[in-house]
Amino acid sequence: MGTFVLLACTGLGLGALYFLIAAGLSLIFGLMDVLNLAHGALLSVGGYAAWWAATGGGMSCWLAVPFGTAVGTLAAVLLELALVRPLYGRPREQILATVGVGLAVPALLAGLWGADARPFPQPAVLAGTVRLLGAVVPRDRFLLIAAALLVLLALRLFLARTRYGLIVRAGVADRAMVTALGIDVRRAFTLVFAIGGAAAALGGALAGLYFGSVSPDQGPGLLIFAFVVVVMGGAGSVTGAAVASVVVGLVQQFANYYSAAGLGDLAVVVLLAVLLLVRPGGLTGRLA
Amino acid sequence: MTAVLVGTDGASIVRRMLRRWPLGLLLLLAAAPYSALPVPGLLDGPLGSPGSLQLIALCLIYGGLATSYDLLLGHTGLLSFGHALYFATGLYATDLAMLELHLPFAAAVLAGIGAALLLALLLGAASLRVTGIGFSMVTLAFAQAGAILVQRDPGGLTGGEEGRAVPADRLPGALVGIGNTANLYWIALAYLVLVLAVVRWTVGSPVGRVLAGIRENERRVEVLGLRPYGYKLVAFVIAGGLAGAGGAVYLLLTGGATPQAASSDATLALLVMVVLGGSGTRWGPLLGGLLYTWAAHRLGDLANSTDVAGLPAVLRVPLSQPLFLLGALFVAVVYLLPGGLAKLPARIRTTSPLTSLPASRSVRGE
Repeated sequence: MGTFVLLACTGLGLGALYFLIAAGLSLIFGLMDVLNLAHGALLSVGGYAAWWAATGGGMSCWLAVPFGTAVGTLAAVLLELALVRPLYGRPREQILATVGVGLAVPALLAGLWGADARPFPQPAVLAGTVRLLGAVVPRDRFLLIAAALLVLLALRLFLARTRYGLIVRAGVADRAMVTALGIDVRRAFTLVFAIGGAAAALGGALAGLYFGSVSPDQGPGLLIFAFVVVVMGGAGSVTGAAVASVVVGLVQQFANYYSAAGLGDLAVVVLLAVLLLVRPGGLTGRLA
Repeated sequence: MTAVLVGTDGASIVRRMLRRWPLGLLLLLAAAPYSALPVPGLLDGPLGSPGSLQLIALCLIYGGLATSYDLLLGHTGLLSFGHALYFATGLYATDLAMLELHLPFAAAVLAGIGAALLLALLLGAASLRVTGIGFSMVTLAFAQAGAILVQRDPGGLTGGEEGRAVPADRLPGALVGIGNTANLYWIALAYLVLVLAVVRWTVGSPVGRVLAGIRENERRVEVLGLRPYGYKLVAFVIAGGLAGAGGAVYLLLTGGATPQAASSDATLALLVMVVLGGSGTRWGPLLGGLLYTWAAHRLGDLANSTDVAGLPAVLRVPLSQPLFLLGALFVAVVYLLPGGLAKLPARIRTTSPLTSLPASRSVRGE
């Protein structure tokens, strides 16, 4: 029972991380048809900014994580304005440009701080463990789950209750129609990029806590599972992404524990293949 | 008047000769091992030296891989992010067939190509269920699973980080040793010719015309009563098999299988090559593959050179990261060179006033 609860908590923590990355990816993809391959770079930027603030900048962890998120948001807005917007209406070129950024930014981080993982300082509050149903669970798992739940709630409120959320939702459903109504979808693009970048950077900072270190290839590594989550959940669907990230995180953890290590990653991909053969549209059926 | 006629006649002969340039270039490339031509700056040693031949052979292999990848991207419109997976499958399966199954070399190569074909069939069948950019994501996920599997070293088969060396005693004697680099070079050249032939034959065949139709408008192909899925799968399997064959040649050339071949960076590198050269063009991917591979190797040297080490940190840090330079190059190509290098002559022709003038005059003449 104890092992089961621990695996479930760890899987949910991992799923929370995937959700933070996948939510922005899914919205950007659903709204703009852009597969943002620089999303992992935004995650790395957030992680490294938080790490830098906590070690070199002398900030406490509670400031370092928002600092990293802010830097990542800024990077996302810059990316959208400088690189993605000029290629408006040409999704393939947009993908290609983000590929370049996705290659360059982790390489730059590796050049600045070395290719090896840097230890991430953990605050005392999170260092301990909690006893839950007979299991000893590290506290950082709960922080991740709470952060993901907050982001999910905030995103759902934003999409359902605000004017921009309405535009984004309408844009995901039919971009041409929204544009024809005279609404500037580009501003919604920038906003979605900023939101997605913020969530990814928060994920990067929290990944530093979760894994205990930051490294240049962390972002691209997590990005792959975020893609799996987006495809499984259906593009543009935040709720679909949330469900899929829970499934992916749990499957990965349980398969890793009950079979050989590393098979969990494979199990996730096999699950994806099976799902696609049965339901090409993903869980919500939203992928064209 | 006659002079003009002779002139055009001469021009047409020259043009006919020029049309044969790939054959001439092929002969020149085939003769390269016999040449001691020094190529300072481009290569470290003279043209025929083993080191230079090794690098050129590597460029030729990547030229072939990029051409096979373009069968998907440029000719069918499928943006796959998993092409390196089939390359790595050919590489590892050939090596493992020799190491674990103790097959002779030729049978191992066939096993490697067969494994790549089979995997492309299985994963293509699943990933082509999703269209558009979803397909890109799914292929990327599959390729990444393959990369992780190779890294984790299941059952001691792949050797994890270290990779596995090719068993030299199982190879034909003419393919072993630095003195025989010329033979490997010719094999690489033959591989490139094979890929070009297969891709051109596929593109020119009735299937190829359907593929072009899918690239332009998939819905219209469906309306004509054809099922795009099957055609796309054919293209996917052919491209995967060609990549697998490239893996077998790469194994010979580098003497072992390493996990870098399976990484997602490897697929992205193929993408950079095709876009740099010009996707959907006949020679563009080949050109991009040659240039990229050469540049990647020279950039690696540049990054480790003492000139870079002496620079101030603002310049030194980016310049010492080859991947940063490649990423930046990629962004630059997308913005400054749409259509790639292959479209460059046409772009210059249309923008230069000198050449646009006679064209407009001829229109008026008609």
